[in-house]
Amino acid sequence: MNVIDRRLNPKGKSLANRQRFLRRARAQIVKAVRDASGSRSIQDIANGEKISIPMDGLREPSFHRAAKGGIRDYVVPGNKDFVVGDRIKKPDEDGGEGGGSEGSPDGEGQDDFAFVLSRDEFLDIFLDDLELPDLVKKKMKQTESTTPMRAGYSVTGSPANLNIVRTMRNSLSRRIALKRPKPEELAALEAEIKRLEETGEDPERLSLLRVEFDHLASKIRRVPYIDPLDVRYSRFEHVPKPVTQAVMFCLMDVSGSMTEHMKDLSKRFFMLLYLFLSRRYRHVDVVFIRHTHEAEEVDEETFFYSTESGGTVVSTALVEMRKVIDERYPPADWNIYCAQASDGDNTSADNAKTASLLETSILPLCQYFAYVEVGAEYKDWLGRDSDLWRTYKEFARAGGNFAMRRVRVRSQIFPVFRDLFSKERKDNAAWEAGGEAP
Amino acid sequence: MTETPLFTGADWDFEKIQRVYDAVEQIAKAELGLVTYPNQIEVITAEQMLDAYSSIGMPLMYKHWSFGKHFARDETLYRKGMRGLAYEIVINSSPCISYIMEENSMAMQTLVIAHAAFGHNHFFKNNGLFKQWTDAKGILDYMEFAKGYVAHCEERYGHQAVEKVLDAAHALMSHGVHKYPRKRTPDLREEEKRAAERYAYQEKMFNDLWRTVPKPASTQQGSKELADRKRQLGLPEENILYFLEKMAPKLAPWQRELIRIVRKIAQYFYPQKQTKMMNEGCATFVHYTILTRLHEMGLLTDGAMLEILHSHSSVVFQPDFDDRRYSGLNPYALGFNMMSDIRRMCESPTDEDREWFPHFAGNNDPYGTLRQAWADYRDESFILQYLSPALIRKMKLFKIHDEAEAPDMAVTAIHNERGYREVRKALARSYDVAHLEPDIQIVDVDLAGDRRLIVHHLVESGMLLNEVEAVRVLRHIANLWGYEVRLLEIDPATDRVLKTYDDVAPITAL
Repeated sequence: MNVIDRRLNPKGKSLANRQRFLRRARAQIVKAVRDASGSRSIQDIANGEKISIPMDGLREPSFHRAAKGGIRDYVVPGNKDFVVGDRIKKPDEDGGEGGGSEGSPDGEGQDDFAFVLSRDEFLDIFLDDLELPDLVKKKMKQTESTTPMRAGYSVTGSPANLNIVRTMRNSLSRRIALKRPKPEELAALEAEIKRLEETGEDPERLSLLRVEFDHLASKIRRVPYIDPLDVRYSRFEHVPKPVTQAVMFCLMDVSGSMTEHMKDLSKRFFMLLYLFLSRRYRHVDVVFIRHTHEAEEVDEETFFYSTESGGTVVSTALVEMRKVIDERYPPADWNIYCAQASDGDNTSADNAKTASLLETSILPLCQYFAYVEVGAEYKDWLGRDSDLWRTYKEFARAGGNFAMRRVRVRSQIFPVFRDLFSKERKDNAAWEAGGEAP
Repeated sequence: MTETPLFTGADWDFEKIQRVYDAVEQIAKAELGLVTYPNQIEVITAEQMLDAYSSIGMPLMYKHWSFGKHFARDETLYRKGMRGLAYEIVINSSPCISYIMEENSMAMQTLVIAHAAFGHNHFFKNNGLFKQWTDAKGILDYMEFAKGYVAHCEERYGHQAVEKVLDAAHALMSHGVHKYPRKRTPDLREEEKRAAERYAYQEKMFNDLWRTVPKPASTQQGSKELADRKRQLGLPEENILYFLEKMAPKLAPWQRELIRIVRKIAQYFYPQKQTKMMNEGCATFVHYTILTRLHEMGLLTDGAMLEILHSHSSVVFQPDFDDRRYSGLNPYALGFNMMSDIRRMCESPTDEDREWFPHFAGNNDPYGTLRQAWADYRDESFILQYLSPALIRKMKLFKIHDEAEAPDMAVTAIHNERGYREVRKALARSYDVAHLEPDIQIVDVDLAGDRRLIVHHLVESGMLLNEVEAVRVLRHIANLWGYEVRLLEIDPATDRVLKTYDDVAPITAL
């Protein structure tokens, strides 16, 4: 008997099957994922998702008999008081229980097929047809790291890199070419000489052999077993690892007019953008800038959970952002994304400054700038546009790397996000649709 | 005689497993006289068990989405705690591979070793069906080949193309087996000999009177042509996959090979279908007998034995028909009960047993009797041969007759003198694979015309096919065949057509 411990065998033997399954059910899964994401929170996404898909295309049909009809005999256990000739009422049409339920198995039914998608699979499908706009600046940053790559052989190098196979091959061919005598030949000759010396017969042959022996011995000295000529080293070259990196600026108005609900919406949008960017770039930095009438860079916790009071001056945030870019994120090395969330309030006097700042010092550096205007859940949007909305409208009209949308309730976040990044991004003229995006 | 127990406590390790194996083997060989393939026991994790589940229990399997689907479902059920995992999986191969899970306690491992490595293993090696139809030594190599071949085809012809063939072949898997050994085409010499014999017989039997008997009205035109065509195509043919593999006009060689692979696997599993109850009964009986012996000898602690008995009794639990938990006859329970009953009849028969089973009642050789049963029978014939009145009474089996038109069902036989044979016969029939699966045959191909394939379902007792599923399967047949397919459901007694399906055309060229 053999006992074999297979527990350490490579895992995920069924991964290939799973991929085939996902590919097969792709259309249904994509739909289910979209539906699910509308109602779930972002945290759920990060944990993977249980989804149900219709069975179309996933059926494995076979020839079998219908559950009903015809003449059937059953043998069942546990007779209590039946005698021959008793009649039993047929089990109800639905929920057949009791005597008759062991007929041929029913078809697979119309039930949906439920299973769990892993986080990666979910995100892959969820973000599948989204694309980053204008990915022109995929910079390679040289300083990050290099990786050694095999690059042939060289005649110099460190002993650790000695390539024994190559070296011995060279040595062997040289020895053959120069007819280096084999040690066994020499030994045989020596033994023969010794024998002749002891017996003393055939002195003529003895002297011949001695000459021969000297000749071979000197040749074996002249042709070494391994010559420095033979030695080869494996050569490595250091290849820079290309690293694409992005920085994401989150700008948010934290003045008193922003309610918890609005902050929640903003947070969701930021998190989605982060998830998306981190799937496209190896390295994503996030900078949080909050502003009231003045702006400051803060950490995540403070950004979302501390409240501030004061007026609203949007331009301060843009100034702060520009400062951070100048200090830490040279646009040559970084892809810069910016997401701004606000309820649209701004001090009237600041509108002109905001617009010019955006136009001259922010947009030229950004890959993409998304503005999301968050509103109270039940506020009527038919009123006038907010200050900021009117200010930003010009840039959106101009097209390019600026986009703006309105969001009022949680379920709009995903559609708006999709709308912003979908591959066949509609002309920015469609922005008027605002929060009512599909 | 009391010895030190083989192990104490719940944890297992390899040394304990070896000790237990040796002790179990001793009893299995010396007392029960089991003959097995060499054993290979593999320890796996729950995830690997799920893996094995989804690829129909084979350690090697080609890749297909349906296995991914089963895995996803099993995993979801398992993670939610809605379903436990089997304690073991055993593979009919040589060496016989038994998978045991690392989560099992040592008592459970003991149970599994006795159950799988000896019970199932003995059955695989000795049962006639397995001997005739499966090649235990070659199966793993064949699966290796199949896996490689499918991967190669995917690389060369694309996932989609391979998937289409496999989908279609899987749908026909239950109708892709040879139920009887194929007739060997006689060679020339045999043919001559047979012709000579026939001629001699005719000469011997010659009687001029036959000439004067009026012949039946000449059979319809073209029937000879039809018969010729059918003979050439080997029709009628119930192995649909075999027919398509050999005869489908449009398939490329690699597609035929894929069908062949699926067919071979179906054939490999065919004996398991027919012997499920016996196989499980044999394994359960063997583990119960061996472990009881180990306990008697003091090699198992009372605690371990209790755990084993707890597990054993839940495996052989048979709820009554009116119980909420009832879901058909439990094959473990029926198999185990029948085999225990055979032992009882060998050792202490009643007069009734002597009357019903004169050839072995009271022969005092229970294991020899059982070994013979395990070797020579399948579920259906085993029940027909060995189900005793005592057991029918014990399980209170009764027979219900259900006609679709009648308002209610009738009890037609119960566990009494008049009913035994009828109950037994009906039960045996319900285990006969030939009756469980619809009898579907390819009967004709319109070769000269539009090459339509004609398939008949020979309806038994008025039980028609599940229509929705049947249409889906027909689509698969049409895809493989390359031309239209027509299915007729026919009552073989009257030749009346009960139902006609619309012709199904292939939707995709493969």
